[in-house]
Amino acid sequence: MEMFLTLLSLLDSTVRLATPLLLAALAGFYSERAGVVDIGLEGKMLVAAFAAAATAALHGSAWLGLGAGILASVILALLHGFACITHKGNQVVSGVALNIVALGLTAVLGNAWFEMGGRTPNLPADARFGEITLPLAEALRGVPLLGPLYFELISGHNILVYLALAIVPLTWWIAYRTRFGLRLRAVGENPAAVDTAGISVTKLRYQAVLIAGLLCGIAGAYLSTAQGAGFQTNMTAGKGFLALAALILGKWKPVPTLFACLLFAFADALQTRLQGVALPGIGEVPVQLIEALPYLLTVLLLAGFVGKATPPKASGRPYVKDR
Amino acid sequence: MSAGAGSDNLPWWATGLLLPVVNVTLALLVSALVIFAIGEDPVGALGTMLRGAVGTGEGIGYTLYYATSLIFTALAVAIAFHGGLFNIGGEGQAYIGGLGVGLVCLALPGWPWWAALPLSVLGGAAFGAFWAAIPGWLQAYRGSHIVITTIMFNFIASSLMVYLMVNVLIKPGQMSPESETFSTSMFLPMMADMMAGIGIEMASSPLNFSLFLALLACVGVWAFIWHTRWGFALRATGANENAALYAGIDPRRVIVITMALSGALAGLLGVNELHGVQHRLMLNFPAGLGFTGIAVALMGRNHPAGIIPAALLFGALYQGGTELVFDYPTISRELVVVIQGVVILFAGALEHMFRPALVRLFSRRPAVAASKPAGA
Repeated sequence: MEMFLTLLSLLDSTVRLATPLLLAALAGFYSERAGVVDIGLEGKMLVAAFAAAATAALHGSAWLGLGAGILASVILALLHGFACITHKGNQVVSGVALNIVALGLTAVLGNAWFEMGGRTPNLPADARFGEITLPLAEALRGVPLLGPLYFELISGHNILVYLALAIVPLTWWIAYRTRFGLRLRAVGENPAAVDTAGISVTKLRYQAVLIAGLLCGIAGAYLSTAQGAGFQTNMTAGKGFLALAALILGKWKPVPTLFACLLFAFADALQTRLQGVALPGIGEVPVQLIEALPYLLTVLLLAGFVGKATPPKASGRPYVKDR
Repeated sequence: MSAGAGSDNLPWWATGLLLPVVNVTLALLVSALVIFAIGEDPVGALGTMLRGAVGTGEGIGYTLYYATSLIFTALAVAIAFHGGLFNIGGEGQAYIGGLGVGLVCLALPGWPWWAALPLSVLGGAAFGAFWAAIPGWLQAYRGSHIVITTIMFNFIASSLMVYLMVNVLIKPGQMSPESETFSTSMFLPMMADMMAGIGIEMASSPLNFSLFLALLACVGVWAFIWHTRWGFALRATGANENAALYAGIDPRRVIVITMALSGALAGLLGVNELHGVQHRLMLNFPAGLGFTGIAVALMGRNHPAGIIPAALLFGALYQGGTELVFDYPTISRELVVVIQGVVILFAGALEHMFRPALVRLFSRRPAVAASKPAGA
């Protein structure tokens, strides 16, 4: 029973840690499947986390914060689109630029507005997304195995966690069962064909980039107003790149991406618990190795040593009509 | 990726001088807007930055010291660019390169600096080259994308360094993860001391002998890219891999070698930071200078002659940013990071926005341009 509860709490943290990764990775899904490489997930999450925390601190509403976070992230996404779609700039360079701008701007504005060394004030409970206890969770808690499972793991998360999990099947449905999804995937594989069919490549790619902005906005708001209680300089700390790694490990498909996110989050949750613990037969596993594991896995996968991940064919290439 | 060289007949000074000046002006305008938005006086703040960077001997020393590191990381980005590769991994390569510098310096107790320097340069270059050659090899032979792999390698480098510093290289009986200090005899000479030796008085700053090494690297990179067979193979591969293949060049080998050279240059940052200034191995010494190298390279049009002034500009921004914080407590030094990002945006991602405008401007009066050689 003790073991079971430990496992449950480990899985519970896994779900919490996976949520921002999942939202950002799905953002990357839309953008990259439409042929626009998105190195800028990190920056979009960061501006959203800042805007959400700042707004929630000033107005006391987590929902207003979420709105502000999405707005900030979408503005950055539009800039990315302006550079890469309208002006056919290099998508990677644009992503790098926006990440750096986001890092600098949030630190400068945070420091100027709140004078707390780049942090925003600690949010009170009612300015954050609180935990939701699902119906009957308390009542069923006594039921062996399933009771604690329902109470600890499934119930007791904030609304954004459930939203993120719901977006996975929604994304699958949009991408594989709607006309928009078909066009989206087509524009990432063969934009010329889409263009020939009389559909605007530019418009589709902008739509994809906007959805990416929206999802990164939710991811950022989650970090600062649901998981955390305020913003700190560089609080994303590489989560955007981890999400990118998850998207690649998930081979640019929504459901496998969910599992990649859960895997990375599990490693993260495990790492805090394994600190200084010697495993039987293995000895003490260096925390840093677990930390580096997602990145090592991604490298091995991309190199084809562990399975094979093939990116959308036209990703990274701006579409030029007369070629 | 295009290295920026166009076929649209712009005069060299338009691409080499006018475009960068337009980019910097726009970046400064954006930062002025940011300063204005947080309720401070943009003109006064930018003036303070300028004075902080070049107003005092000490300021100039610091500016040149930052520029030294930036020259290394920008050359790393530039050489990869010419080979058609975007190396975002400069930060990680500098980190691992620094490990090489540190290990060499720790292994040679008591050596004089001039004897240790070639070996520490070799150590830094070799470690940096190794860390960059793996993504290069993976791109060339296994088809994985260099951008993603180098990003992942930055994170792996960081984890690896934390592990090594905390568990292996830490000076015993100490809390903070730093190695033993190198022997005093091998500290690189400080510029102020060298100048004092020939009778010139100079304010003390971290500026050290590495500056000469950086300038030497500029000449070396220039000669290599434009005046050797290897450099030709590198540029040919960058321009068109298939054409290079038909010319008898093996693009895959060139990619690995290009990345190794790029990583070697980034690795030399450790010579300036560790062998020159910190005199020990520590965590996080690249401090983002590897990423700033991208901005410097883009601004300098990937040419050493452009990289030197661009590195000076960014060195001045770093140093000026430090001074700014004293006079304007509401402005933090991350303002420099914003400027850096905006420069990458304008000079890199939006290069196609300004260039056609310039081309139109110049093609409007072809008669003038054509009549010039005749009149001369």
